Amino acid sequence: MIHRSEPFWWLLFAAGGSAAAVLAPVLILLTGIAAPAGWFPQAFAYEHVRALVSHPVTRLVLFGVIVLSFFHWAHRFRYTLAEGLALKRAWLPVAVVCYAAAIAGTVSAAVVILKL
Amino acid sequence: MRAYSRPTEFNWWLTNRTYFFFVVRELTSVLIAAYMVFLLVLLRRLAAGPEAYAAYLRFLGSPGMLLFHLAALAAALYHSITWFRLAPMAITLRVRGRRVPGATVVAANYAAWLVVSLVVAWIVLRS
Amino acid sequence: MMAEQTVAERTITLEVFRYRPEQESEPTFQTYEIPYREDWVVLDALNYIKDSVDGSLTYRWSCRMGVCGSCGMMVNGVPKLTCSTFLKDYYPHPIRIEPLANFPVARDLAIVLDDFMAKLVHVRPWIIRRQEEPLEAGEYRQTPEELDRYKHFSMCINCMLCYAACPIYGLEPEFVGPAAIALAQRYNLDSRDQGGRERMGILSTHEGIWACTLVGECTTVCPAEVDPAGAIQQAKLASALGWLRRVLVPWGNK
Repeated sequence: MIHRSEPFWWLLFAAGGSAAAVLAPVLILLTGIAAPAGWFPQAFAYEHVRALVSHPVTRLVLFGVIVLSFFHWAHRFRYTLAEGLALKRAWLPVAVVCYAAAIAGTVSAAVVILKL
Repeated sequence: MRAYSRPTEFNWWLTNRTYFFFVVRELTSVLIAAYMVFLLVLLRRLAAGPEAYAAYLRFLGSPGMLLFHLAALAAALYHSITWFRLAPMAITLRVRGRRVPGATVVAANYAAWLVVSLVVAWIVLRS
Repeated sequence: MMAEQTVAERTITLEVFRYRPEQESEPTFQTYEIPYREDWVVLDALNYIKDSVDGSLTYRWSCRMGVCGSCGMMVNGVPKLTCSTFLKDYYPHPIRIEPLANFPVARDLAIVLDDFMAKLVHVRPWIIRRQEEPLEAGEYRQTPEELDRYKHFSMCINCMLCYAACPIYGLEPEFVGPAAIALAQRYNLDSRDQGGRERMGILSTHEGIWACTLVGECTTVCPAEVDPAGAIQQAKLASALGWLRRVLVPWGNK
């Protein structure tokens, strides 16, 4: 099943790789370093961030980059596990576990972002 | 005559510099995905109210979490650079029958990266 | 011979992989100290050993000018055409010479290349027509722009350096591999060919393009600038977009 649907997973991987390549560094810099370090206190004030993420475009972009990054991870991680550790026989279970994790991540992302 | 075969060992990626950096490139996806999980939690705490949000920002400000985000930033930058470098391999553009040189595609990727980063930063930081 | 011995004050050490199946079950390394010449390539050094030191050393070579693709070996762990790898780039350090990685060794530096030959044929690297035109119709014509689409993929000299550089081929010997996929893509991109669908059926499998993780070493070591890694990524994109089209426009699947 995974073998036949390889083009589908690869498209998700490629989309995720592109989205993360363009957006991940700036997002990490903003939410992981600037906000907790207390730089730009007005920009990261509760009301301001709340207003920002209430916009549908922001939500869509966040949902897209988060979910696609999960599938990007699943694809690369399963190949690295299977090849890096020469676990050829575990190919299918590794793939199922990785994609199941990405799908679970997608569901939680949908719940969190819909509740915003 | 018996041929001698030399099977690949499981530590093949430790035997060669380029193989090692290939595995590093693949594993940047772990740190990026982990960051996305923390970003999701941030959004959840945001929905829970100002106190939850402020408490989570304090948690993110702890030395361990800052260190994690610095590592994630390094991973994300490495991912971006390698991704843009490899993109012209998959995508071949043609203008009037001529193939656009790979370096032009890479340069266009970097330009798009810069513009998107600046736009995102401007949207978030204007107040 | 006399002149050679008087000139050769400087020497270089070659550690050469030896495997003689009739007398040993495990390979060994044999060390040869031979004259060092600035203008010698590794193949010249091997020929010196074979002619003047040890006639039993076995390896393949033919053209000595990077065209025939038969003298590929691992030089200090890197796949190289030994006819274009100069001793001066390693001197005064010793050079370790092994048969191309990932292939079974028949004898000394000669590998068994049956698997590669079978894979080349497997991807149907010839122009496939739904219906051949009669001879009177003339040749299938092509513009320079159409030629330019696939030309670099057609420059392969079948030296197998890319297979020796590919860890995936080492781990999964079923993998069709860089050169064969590049050759398949060369025909997929040829305006005269109509066998793309047939070939993609062979390529778009795990043993075909989907085993590849774009390590990229095949392209790095290629002496003919074929860019097999690029060919594989383009085939992946084509396969994925074809899949998307079949899903989104199922009625267009004719």
